[in-house]
Amino acid sequence: MSWWWLILVVVLIGLFGLYLSMTAGRLDALHKRIDTAELALDAHLLRRSSVALELATSGVLDPAGAIVVAEAAHAARTAADGDGDHRDAEHRRIRAEAESALSQALEATLDEEEIEQVREAPGGAELIDELASSGRRVQLSRRFLNDAVRACTQLRDQRMVRTFRLAGTSPWPQTVELDDSLPPALATA
Amino acid sequence: MSMRVGLVCPYAWDVPGGVRSHVSDLAITLRSRGHEVNVLAPVEEEDDLPEWVTDGGRPVAVPYNGSVARLSFGVKATRRVRAWIREGDFDIVHIHEPLAPSLSLLTCWSARGPLVATWHSSHDRSRVLTAGYYIAQTAMEKLRGSIAVSEEARRTLTGHVGGDAVLIPNGVRVKDFTPDAHDRQRRRELLFLGRIKEPRKGLSVLIEALPMILDQVPDLTVIVAGPGDDEDIRKEIPEHIDRAITFIGTVSDQRKQELLREVQVYVAPHTGGESFGIVLVEAMAAGACVVASDIPAFQQVLENGKAGRLFTTNDPRSLADAVLSVLADDAARRALADRGYARAEQYDWDTVVDEVLDVYDSVRVPGDKVTEDLRGQALGRFAHRAAFGLGRKQGGA
Repeated sequence: MSWWWLILVVVLIGLFGLYLSMTAGRLDALHKRIDTAELALDAHLLRRSSVALELATSGVLDPAGAIVVAEAAHAARTAADGDGDHRDAEHRRIRAEAESALSQALEATLDEEEIEQVREAPGGAELIDELASSGRRVQLSRRFLNDAVRACTQLRDQRMVRTFRLAGTSPWPQTVELDDSLPPALATA
Repeated sequence: MSMRVGLVCPYAWDVPGGVRSHVSDLAITLRSRGHEVNVLAPVEEEDDLPEWVTDGGRPVAVPYNGSVARLSFGVKATRRVRAWIREGDFDIVHIHEPLAPSLSLLTCWSARGPLVATWHSSHDRSRVLTAGYYIAQTAMEKLRGSIAVSEEARRTLTGHVGGDAVLIPNGVRVKDFTPDAHDRQRRRELLFLGRIKEPRKGLSVLIEALPMILDQVPDLTVIVAGPGDDEDIRKEIPEHIDRAITFIGTVSDQRKQELLREVQVYVAPHTGGESFGIVLVEAMAAGACVVASDIPAFQQVLENGKAGRLFTTNDPRSLADAVLSVLADDAARRALADRGYARAEQYDWDTVVDEVLDVYDSVRVPGDKVTEDLRGQALGRFAHRAAFGLGRKQGGA
C-alpha cells in the first residue's frame, strides 16, 4: 500500500518538474523573441531616420521642410546612439520621444503636394518609396514586439512562474510606446 | 534580396480550397519576385506535383471547424515536418492556419526562429477552447508575427486566443479571371459555387428562392457547380424548377474562371462560417455581378453593397428580390460589375505580396534562420542528448 503512495508521489513530482521545465523553456523562448523583435525594430527605426536624413539633404524638399526633417532625423539618430545601456528606461524614453518627433516632422512636411513634387525630382520617387516602406516596417515590428511583450508578461504574471522564479534574473519586458504613424499621403503611396 | 521561404499548408494539396489556393498563389507570386519558395502540404497524389511542393504525408479526412478537412498528422507527419525544417534552411517559415491540427500545428512545435502565421478562418469561442488552450498558447508564443486575412479572423485571434495580428486581405490573381476585351456577351445565367450538401454554403436558401425568381425571369438558367451528390436534392425540387437548374459537379480552376466570365450573376448565399469570401473577389475580377448574403465578411468585401448586391442572410425572399433587381436592370448590373472589378484589383496578389514581405522583414534580423526545436519534447531531448553525448565520446577518444 505505502509503495503505491510513494510511486504516486514520485510520479507527481516528476510531472510537476516537467511542467516547470517546459514553462521555463517557454519563457526563455519568449525572451529571445523579444530580443529579436527589439533588434528588428531598432534596425527599421535606423533605416527610417537615415532615409529621412537623405531625403532632407538631397535638395528635393523645400528648404524649410528640409531643415525640420533633417533636425528631427538627426535627433533620432543621436538618441539611438546615446551612451549607456540601451535597455535603460531613460534611454528608451529619450529615443521614443525623438522617434515620435521624427514621425511628427515627417507628417508636417510631407503632404500630398510635397510628395508629388519630390516624386518628380530625380531619385525622389525611390526615396519616398523607401521612406514609406521603412515606416511600414517600423509599425509592424513595433506591433509584433509589443505582442511578444504582452505574451511574456502574461506568462510571467502566473503564480507558479513567480513562486519558482522561472524567469530567473531577466528584466521585466517593456512595451515600446511611440508615435510611428506615417504621413497619410505616404501611407497610401 | 532574395529569401528562402517555407510555406506550410495544413489542408490537402490535391483538394481545391481557399487556404490551399492562397498558399499556392502566394508561392507563385513570391517566386516571381525572385524568392526561393518551398511549400509543405499533405499530398494525396504525388504525380505532377510542382517541384516546389514537398509531400507532408497522406491526408486523412476528419471533421474540422464545421466541415470535412483533409489533414496530415501523427508520427510520420512529424518526422517529415522536422526533416523539411532541417533541410529547408529557411530564412522564414510562414504557417497557414497555425492551430489546424495538421502540418501547421506540427510546424509550430517543431520549428523555432522567424515564424510567421496567417489566420484564415473564424472560429467561435467554444471551438478554440476545445482545441486546447494550453496547446494553442505554446504554439502561438513561437509565432513572431501574425497576419489575419479578415477582420473576422483577426477578432478570433485577439478575442479568443489572445494576440495581435495585422490585417492583410487575401490576394487574387485578378488577371487569371479578367475576361478578354471586356466582352459584354454574358449568358442569362445565375451561378452557384460550392459544396452542395454543406449547409453553410446556403444552396437550400437559393433553391427556396428560385420559384420567386423564375416566376419573373422564366428563361434564367441556374448553374450549380461543386462537389456532392445532387440526387437527394433534386428529388425535393418541383419539376419545373428542376428544369432550370444544371448540376455540373466538381469543376477545375480553369472551368471556374470560364464560368465566372460567362454568367451575368454570381450568387453567394452563404449562411456563415466564411471569414473572407475570396470567391467573391474572383467573381468580381471576372466581371460578374455579385449577389451575396450580408454576413460581415461579404459586407466588407462588397464595400457594404457598392461593389455587389447584398441580401438578408438566410432569407429566400430577400435573395430573390436582390437577384431580380440586377437581372431586370442591365445598366445597374453593369455598374455593379464595373465597381466590383475595381474593387477586385485592390486584392491583386501583386499588391498584397508587398505587405506580406513587409511582415517577413519586420520579424527577422539578418542571419536569422528557422531551425528545428528540440525543447520540451521527450523524444527530441533524447535525440539531442544522444547526438551530443555521442559527439563528446568521439571527441574524447
